Amino acid sequence: MTTTAPRQESRATTPPLPPARGPLSAAVIASLRDSTAPLPDAGAVTAADPYGDDAQLALYLLYELHYQGFAGVAEDREWDVELLRLRGRLEDRFLARLRAEAPSRPSAADAIDALLIEPVADEDAGVSHWLQSAGGLRELREYAALRSLYHLKEADPHAWVLPRLYGRAKAAMVAVEFDEFGAGHAEDVHARLFADLMADLGLDTAYGRWLDAAPAEALATVNVMSLFGLHRSLRGALVGHFAAVEITSSPGSRRLARAMRRTGAGPAAERFYDEHVEADAVHEQVVRHEVIAPLLAAEPRLEADVVFGVEATGLLEDRLGAVLLDAWRAGRSALRTPLPEGGGRAR
Amino acid sequence: MRNTPERPRRVVVERDGPVLVEGPVTVLGDDGVPVTSHRFVVAVCTCRRSRTYPWCDTSHRRKSKKPQSEGDGPADLCPGADEDGAARKGERS
Ligand code: FES
Ligand SMILES: [Fe+2]
Ligand SMILES: [Fe+2]
Repeated sequence: MTTTAPRQESRATTPPLPPARGPLSAAVIASLRDSTAPLPDAGAVTAADPYGDDAQLALYLLYELHYQGFAGVAEDREWDVELLRLRGRLEDRFLARLRAEAPSRPSAADAIDALLIEPVADEDAGVSHWLQSAGGLRELREYAALRSLYHLKEADPHAWVLPRLYGRAKAAMVAVEFDEFGAGHAEDVHARLFADLMADLGLDTAYGRWLDAAPAEALATVNVMSLFGLHRSLRGALVGHFAAVEITSSPGSRRLARAMRRTGAGPAAERFYDEHVEADAVHEQVVRHEVIAPLLAAEPRLEADVVFGVEATGLLEDRLGAVLLDAWRAGRSALRTPLPEGGGRAR
Repeated sequence: MRNTPERPRRVVVERDGPVLVEGPVTVLGDDGVPVTSHRFVVAVCTCRRSRTYPWCDTSHRRKSKKPQSEGDGPADLCPGADEDGAARKGERS
């Protein structure tokens, strides 16, 4: 093992704007470059597939103004009313599609109980099962590159729910977020642990570096968090989403930790997932008993949205999983642009 | 979540799951070796199936033959099914 100089923080730089994927994203990019450029009207938004590359990238770019922004784009465009109007239209379409497709469940307990049953080992059971048994470094690197869109800002979208909670639900949500943010230690911030994993896999850790490589299905899994996080009216869905992530993370992380060990990805790559096996076994319990239970006791009418948050998360993860497994089983890259060759600490 | 003399430490016993204890916690193993977790809440495994024993890793969950997303009727449940008991050794972090 070689020791390397301390890496630069991945968010020390602001990424360049990526290439467009259609007329909506092209117009957003043009407007971000020049605020006088015209933005698409309602008709153009309605004409686009809400799950498609163009609409998802347009939404992603607009949301990113609330996180890290883009090089050369004035920071106050975050609150540009014209951009917000377009974002609202894109969100309406995305949300309507999710509400139409997310399965309904009689209660939040029902939706959560379904997540608490583990599928037995089977390559058909999902991406982490497949990576555990069949994934090579190539697939693990692709997986890390597209997950970096979220993990380099891990737990940030969920922090937006904090001012919308109070009492027990707030105290518990803050406690889990504190753990996600390293419990007071910068070197343990989960986003940092993920950057370390990327370095083990020989991936550039610069924030936004892999946005252009990520397919629409990957963008949607991140956009849904920003959507739920930025709207107080969707606080129930945000909490449901967070519960779904925390409940499914621990067993999934164990499978990914195993994949990292089997391929010799490196100690930081193993650590990220090992930490999530243990941390999320706790986070799951805290979110269920100390966030959802008191939230629904105080605001019972949010129950349908908690269910929606759980189910929309599963829906989008399944869509992404299908795309990844399709490509990998056929020996193809699952990214829009293949990764540069080489990399990987073990090579 | 700080433990102070004025407030007793809270322990929650999960039915068919871990015991949740306010951290930090030290558990003495059968071999007498202490292991410590500093997390704000620590989930101590009670089912003895955890690969990261004494900490819960959700191995206590019931298993189903079908993937979660395709529905999990009660008929699919096979409690205690162990996907890879043999792989437990040497996986502790
Ligand atoms: S109680 Fe959770 S793994 Fe044993
Ligand atoms: Fe995390
Ligand atoms: Fe977590």
